[in-house]
This record gives sequence, structure tokens and C-alpha cells, in this order.
Amino acid sequence: MTPIVQVADVVVAQSARPVLHGVTLDVRAGEVVAILGPNGSGKSTLVKAMVGLLPLSAGMVQLFGVPLPRFDEWNRVGYVPQRATAASGVPATVREVVASGRLSRRRLLRPLRNADRAAIQDALDVVGMADRATDGVAALSGGQQQRVLIARALASEPDLFVLDEPTAGVDLPSQEALVETLRPLVERGATIVLVAHEVGVMHSLIDHAVVIRDGHKVYDGEPPTAEQPASFHGHAHPDRPTVHVPLTGRWPW
Amino acid sequence: MVSMLSYDFMQRALVAAMLTGLAAPAVGTYLVQRRLALMGDGIGHIAVTGVGLGLLTGWAPPLTAVMVAVVGAVLIELIREKGNTGGDVALALLFYGGIAGGVLVVGLAGGSAATLNTYLFGSVTTVSPSDVWVVAGLAVTVVSVSVGLMPQLFAVCQDEEFAKVTGLNVRFYTLLTSVLAAVTVTVAMRTVGLLLVSALMVVPVATAQQVTRGFRVTLGLAMGLGMVACLAGVSMSFYVNVAPGATIVVLALGGFVATWPVGALLRRRLRRSSPTEVRAVHDLETVPVTHPHQHGDDCGHPAVLHVDHVDYVHDGHRHTAHDDHYDEH
Repeated sequence: MTPIVQVADVVVAQSARPVLHGVTLDVRAGEVVAILGPNGSGKSTLVKAMVGLLPLSAGMVQLFGVPLPRFDEWNRVGYVPQRATAASGVPATVREVVASGRLSRRRLLRPLRNADRAAIQDALDVVGMADRATDGVAALSGGQQQRVLIARALASEPDLFVLDEPTAGVDLPSQEALVETLRPLVERGATIVLVAHEVGVMHSLIDHAVVIRDGHKVYDGEPPTAEQPASFHGHAHPDRPTVHVPLTGRWPW
Repeated sequence: MVSMLSYDFMQRALVAAMLTGLAAPAVGTYLVQRRLALMGDGIGHIAVTGVGLGLLTGWAPPLTAVMVAVVGAVLIELIREKGNTGGDVALALLFYGGIAGGVLVVGLAGGSAATLNTYLFGSVTTVSPSDVWVVAGLAVTVVSVSVGLMPQLFAVCQDEEFAKVTGLNVRFYTLLTSVLAAVTVTVAMRTVGLLLVSALMVVPVATAQQVTRGFRVTLGLAMGLGMVACLAGVSMSFYVNVAPGATIVVLALGGFVATWPVGALLRRRLRRSSPTEVRAVHDLETVPVTHPHQHGDDCGHPAVLHVDHVDYVHDGHRHTAHDDHYDEH
């Protein structure tokens, strides 16, 4: 079966400096793939290249078996960009932001159909924001705004979700809420690619981990276990004994 | 009222003012949403060159102004899209080149300072019958595109990256917003003038935002406020000898000042669950594991976004979750 996402020898350069050096990666239907790595490793660059937001210097990306330049079934892709806030310069309600995720299934100058309304309502229900639908997004907490952005991606009823750092800047209860938001999608058979600094609370969801370091893929396989946090700062330390960091005080880096 | 409406020139002035008042905030809402509130001002500066070229060539100044404004708006958008550090200075060069070039060309064409003033600050009472038709045509186009393509324009102005991944042609819609802004500048040129047009695009939006939570309501309310300010400004200038353009803008600003306390009150009510005073110390001492509860959305302790994580304000200091305990930040 064709992988949902095929990334082949992808090189991405930003102002002439390569940020990704020939990364190859397959995501199969129904898989939950975590792309891990330290800040600046190129993990966000990889997912942005995957959804066509950054031009490739070399290599190829295929979504659902179609090369990116020819791909046009964008309603099958639900993208959650990394954002500190879902708000912009003008107030917008939760429902308005979520409804903007439905555009890939709407035609120009046509009002919302019943199917559109139902999908928007369903997306709000899945993330547990239905009771806040008419509130302004600026009034919500960081974790709630993150859930609004996930609902926006859900509104087009996609087969593939791409989430860029959904847990960054979100407190632990909201991270747990996020896992509970994603779990029904996984059970429905959705394919998920998510970028994270560490596996953390998402451990139980993840089937497959890819670790990016300095623009290279350094690990591709089973997600790291809690005892061996291979991904915690982006790479494994195979030849060294495990150091137990004291649980009080701060981490040594 | 009856005496004012018995003059043909006042009827035309009121029609032109009403249409301008509706069109300018409609486009302005998208500019404010993209945090480009000053873009209208830049386009207004560039359009001065268009006016000059019209006077020099004998073409109708509104026609040349709209052409030059559209070219300028597209240039602004392309410079902004490249997003490099020199872009800011490039825009400044474009704006001041536009206004200085315009004044120069008007001079070459033999235009007086008074002629130039009618374009810089508006001259709504000299609107001719054919002007009304041009203003009406352009304003109706701007309003129907702004309202008709609201879902697409909203998505693009809210989050360009997301809009791209949803399959929208982001470049087309951002250029469309710029062209709409350029056309609006020309529409508003006769009413408030090129130097004040940006105020009419932005101030009603800022006022509407004080009391709204949604985008559609903000857009509608801003259009209503813009229309009221324009009609009131033109009427006032009939009875009191003041420049209509400046009166319109001062009235619009007055509306903002009047609604600001309401907005401040609403914002305070929202913020009641958030902190006002936080002791920002990074002493990183550790709170005992026996902290009675886990902080979260509904623990009652105000949440603060702190660099890359969320802190909870607790007895005047901030808690940050760290494994099984809280650090003090």
C-alpha cells in the first residue's frame, strides 16, 4: 500500500544555508509518527516542507501517492501550525476560526451547507470547545487556543493530521487533554504526524518516532521508552550509562 | 436638514461620503487583521504621484491615482512577502518617493497648492455628478468583494500558513486585499483626502473591536460606524465652516475615545481570572511535592504564558510544573 506521506532525500535550504540534509521518511496509513529533536534541529522545517510551506532544494514529497506540486486534495490534510495564539489583529470567535478550516471543502461564494455546519460542530465537540463557540479566541487560555487550532484542522474531515509542536507552551493538564483529543482520531484510523520536543504524555499514542538532529535523521523506529529517553534532547547516548537527574532543582542544561 | 438636502452638491457629497464610509472600514478590517494598519497610509502617499500624473497628462486624476495606487499596493505586498530586513526601509523609500514625486509633478503640471490640497485633504463638496458614479461603482465593488469573499479573506488574513495548507491561493488573496485597499484610497480621496484615508480605514475598526468578540460583527459594525462618521462629518461641515475630511476623522476618533472605557471594562472583566501583579523572580527554589493540587485550566490560579511554558500564579509567585513538583519562577 502506498504510504500516506513519502519524504525522499529532502533538502531544504533557508537563505542558502541547508537546514535539512537529505531526510527520507515514510508514514503509513493509521500510523502516529512523532518527529522529535532539540530546538533548531530542523524538525519543524521537515513538517513544513511536508505540507508544501517551504520549497525543496532537492528530493521529493508525495502525499497520498501524489507529488506535492500536483497535489490538490488539501481537504485530506489537517494542519495545525505552531502558534502562541489563535488570535489576530481583529477579534474572531471560536466558531469563526474553526469554520475557516472548512474552506477546502467549500465552493466560492456559496453559503455553508448543512454538512459544513455539522462538520464544524463535530470538530468543536471533539476538542470539547462547543460551549465556547461564540467566545472570542483571545479570551481563551493557551491550551484552549491550541484545541481551537486542532478543531480548525478537524473541520475539513482530513485523513492526515500534521501537528507542529502541539505541546509547546501548554501546561501539563492541557497536554493530557490534547492526548485525549487525539485518541478518538487515532481510533478512527487517522494518520498523525506530530512534532514535539519530547514524547512526554503522548507516549501512549505514538507508534513510530523519528529523531532529527542538525538536519539529519538520526533515529527511526520504536518510540523511546520512559526509562531510556532517547529523544529527550534529540539523540541517544548509546555508549554511556544512564544518568539519573535529581528530581529537585533544575535540569543541568 | 431640509435646507442642506436642497443643494445638489450636498446630495452628491452625502452619497459619496456614505459610500466611502462603508467601503473604507470593510477593507480596513482585513488590513488590521493582518496587522498592516498603516498600509492605507502608504498607499495614500503613493497615490499622490498618480494625482500629479493625471494633472500633467490631462487624464482624470482619479483614474491615474487608482492606477498608480494599485501598482504601489502590489509593490508593497511583494516587498512585504519577501520579508527580508531591508523591506522596512524599502517601504519608506516607496512612500516618501510617492508623496515627494507627486508634489513635484503637480508643480510641473502648473497645479497650485490649492489644487493639491483638494486631493490631500479631500473636497467632498466639489464632487461632480460623474464623480458620484465613479465613487459609487468603485465603492460597491469594494464592499461586495470584501463581504462576498469574507470566508477566504478571513482565513488568509488570520493565518497565512494554515490558509496555504487548506489549498487557498494565498498570494492571490493577499494581492486582492492590496488592490482593494488601493481602490478604496482612491474612493476616499475626494471625501477625506489621501493623507487621512488610512484613518477612515482603521479607526472605525479599532472602535468596533472595543465591544465585539467576532469577526463578522466587527466588520459590520466598523462599516456602520464609518458611514455614520462620514455622514455626520459632511453635515457638520455644511453648518459650521470646517473641512469635511478632518471633521470626519475627528468624529471617528471621538467615537473611539467614547467607546474605549466600555472596552476597558469588558477587558478587565475577562482578565479578572488573570494576574495583574506577578513577582518575576527566577530563584528556582522548589515547592514541596505535597502541593495540594495540580494546576490547570480550572484550578482557579491565574495562568501566565512564560517564554515557552505556562506558569500559575500562586500567592504572588509563579509555579511551573516540573515532573512531580512545581518550580518557582
